Amino acid sequence: MTVETPYQERYRKLKDSAAAGEEALSRQAVIQVGMATCGIAAGAVPVKEAFVRFIEEKNIDARVMEVGCMGHCYAEPLAIISKPGFPALCYGYLDEDLVERLVEDYLLNDDPCYEFALVALEPNDVFPTLSDFPRGVHEKKIVLEHCGFIDPGEIDHYISRGGYSALAEALSGTPATVLEQVKESHLRGRGGAGFPAGLKWEAAVQAGGGTKYVICNADEGDPGAFMDRSILESCPHQVIEGMLLCAYAIGAEKGYLYIRAEYPLAVKRVRLALEQAREKGLLGSSILGSSFNCDLEVFRGSGAFVCGESSALVRSMEGKMGIPATRPPRLAQSGFRGRPTVLNNVKTFAYIPPIINRGVDWFRSIGTEKNPGTAVFSLVGKVAHTGLVEVPMGTTLRELIYDVGEGVANDKAFKAAQIGGPSGGCLPEAAIDIPIDFDSLQEAGAIMGSGGLVVLDEDDCMVAIARYFLEFTQQESCGKCTFCRLGTKHMLDLLTAITEGRGEPEDLEVLERLAWEVKEGSLCNLGATAPNPILTTLRYFRDEYEAHINEKRCPALMCSELIVYYIEPSKCSKLCSVCVGSCPTEAIYTRDDGLKAIDQDKCTKCDNCLKTCPPDYNAVIKLSPPGLLAEKEGGKGA
Amino acid sequence: MSKQVSISIDGRTITAPEGEKLLWVALENGIYIPNLCAMKEKSHPSGSCRLCYVQVEGRAEPVTSCTLPVTEGLSVQTRSPQVDRLVKSAFELLLSNHRLGCGRCPRRKTCELLKMAKERGLKMKLFHLEPLEWPVEIDDSPKTFAFDRSRCLLCGRCVWICQEVAKVGALGFTGRGIDRRVGTFQELSLAESPCTECGLCIDPCPSGALYFKESK
Repeated sequence: MTVETPYQERYRKLKDSAAAGEEALSRQAVIQVGMATCGIAAGAVPVKEAFVRFIEEKNIDARVMEVGCMGHCYAEPLAIISKPGFPALCYGYLDEDLVERLVEDYLLNDDPCYEFALVALEPNDVFPTLSDFPRGVHEKKIVLEHCGFIDPGEIDHYISRGGYSALAEALSGTPATVLEQVKESHLRGRGGAGFPAGLKWEAAVQAGGGTKYVICNADEGDPGAFMDRSILESCPHQVIEGMLLCAYAIGAEKGYLYIRAEYPLAVKRVRLALEQAREKGLLGSSILGSSFNCDLEVFRGSGAFVCGESSALVRSMEGKMGIPATRPPRLAQSGFRGRPTVLNNVKTFAYIPPIINRGVDWFRSIGTEKNPGTAVFSLVGKVAHTGLVEVPMGTTLRELIYDVGEGVANDKAFKAAQIGGPSGGCLPEAAIDIPIDFDSLQEAGAIMGSGGLVVLDEDDCMVAIARYFLEFTQQESCGKCTFCRLGTKHMLDLLTAITEGRGEPEDLEVLERLAWEVKEGSLCNLGATAPNPILTTLRYFRDEYEAHINEKRCPALMCSELIVYYIEPSKCSKLCSVCVGSCPTEAIYTRDDGLKAIDQDKCTKCDNCLKTCPPDYNAVIKLSPPGLLAEKEGGKGA
Repeated sequence: MSKQVSISIDGRTITAPEGEKLLWVALENGIYIPNLCAMKEKSHPSGSCRLCYVQVEGRAEPVTSCTLPVTEGLSVQTRSPQVDRLVKSAFELLLSNHRLGCGRCPRRKTCELLKMAKERGLKMKLFHLEPLEWPVEIDDSPKTFAFDRSRCLLCGRCVWICQEVAKVGALGFTGRGIDRRVGTFQELSLAESPCTECGLCIDPCPSGALYFKESK
């Protein structure tokens, strides 16, 4: 048995007191309501209030707790009910009525209402647990381990589950040991590029003594990505502990969490977490009684996408314009205020405490040889079960979409997976058997990115999708370098012309060449990856571009300039006129025979009639190219 | 004196101080490399115009020479199919956002774009891209010079001179992305701005954006 160091002893006392508090509460029923931004958006606030109200009314011995996101965003608002004598059960799709029923039947009368439960969180004889579902089999939670199960506003919850023990252990050893472990773990930075974290840290150590900084990049800006936000909202202490370990390893006494201002809840919870850590002696001067001093604070970014690029981020912190700078020097040599700086993503820091606690071998046993660990994705778009998922590296995209995400929503056909955000690419059905890791995705033309995964179905036009992402990068370009500033603008103009039916056959060649040149010629990685959505859609869905250009046809019936709405007389009913009322421009009229028809001159293609036409008729259809209309109308012999 | 190293540019052996950026070594030895944003006095290269690409032996991708420090044995070619492609593309991109009409341009004798076109066999016209249309805005409020934004290439030379040499800071970059401009705080005219009309920014301008009125 090894002797406990003073820091470990001090930590043990913290942990014992935290555990005692938890123990005292475990005798009553606990309701954990998911209150990250996803839950709140879905209505978790009234749900929580309903629990509190009904429990008070009925005078039940139970406690309602706010927790973060447990990843099952599709079923929000969610709550976990743990009642002594029953397995902890998770309930989804909650509203006030359901809450009243659960309080009445379960909390008061011991009927767990299994028909409303999604899953049990601990092994039991009555209800399936997560591991009984394909998702639970694939998922392996390291970064998200505590997310959704602890109150992010309560440091004791984290400590009682072993939080900050890695810090206590690290302080008992030397900074070099921590650095060695991170290097040996082969952890690759999770911001997108996959640069080995240990090497980055080592470069900062080798940059010499003096002031150094640790910065956590939480400027998550990809459309459809919310991993970093959820982690900070659900378990901020794990990131803070990871940053402290980094600061200890490289000799920094000051660090910043660069969080975009659009994440007010994350900012609030992180600030509270920092305050609580300071009170417990885990942050600030003489941490756990040691000679290690380090303080962290939040820096709010103003929401420029380009400020997620490390050199632009640092410049914006210095009060300068957020534009990328040429390298060298790297930040590890000369970063914030000209001092050696380690800048890592939220997830990268969150991996550090588990690596120190459970060891390098454990970490490397997960995932693949060159890509150890897990990948965290926000799984969104046309997938049945949207949410925040964490799977070992090497899991295939197909497993992620079909097993974890339960396939495409509404029985539609899968078309593509857009992975890596606006810098990523669209992979078709044929390419989704590749393993998820930094290298395989790059080979397929996409990138790992920070973890956005958007599932697209048959109704999505790939040209329009490419245009959407390019419009984003074009608007978010800082404008410094020629290729990104002007190249993205010209590419966007070409794509707009194609989606509006003004594309010429030679445009494809110009677009493809320009995309390659912007990729090769841009100053920073945002410019260099901006053409990826175009390059991958051209590679895998070229036929759609050709249909837009040569036939003025949008195969997915999405590009409004290339479609017309038409009411099939053979399906339309004289007895129904729902569509007439739904049309905001009075374009729909009743023909002499009582059936409905659309005045194309008035139609704004708002899609209302198609949505409101009762499923019994499904008479409203879209036609592309618009020329088909004459054929249809001619065919009916009018 | 810093250590001298021996390098090769287009097969020519050249001796240069170690760590000097390749662009300056080449230019000082009479070897042309296209460039707009580079200024030797600047401690950190801007790297924004993306024109000074060269091919370094042993590296697959072209590298910007303004950021490439010379080391012993460095061997580069100023031209390669890849370099030419990138230069041609960057050139056409800049041209698509530059008001042409060289005959009436005050800078027609010293224009860097014209020089680049001559050296690299490029044409002052757009082959693949549509011109980006902007309204012509000329600020002729200063007594001796004028600023024509529609000819500005955003190289940033004037901004650096105004801030670091003249220490006035009237000029700066404003806007973002395609709206990035050289301008004054709150878009004031130069006469209303803190500009002292020292004129230091005029000569470094590579295009006809900043010019003395008499030369027009």
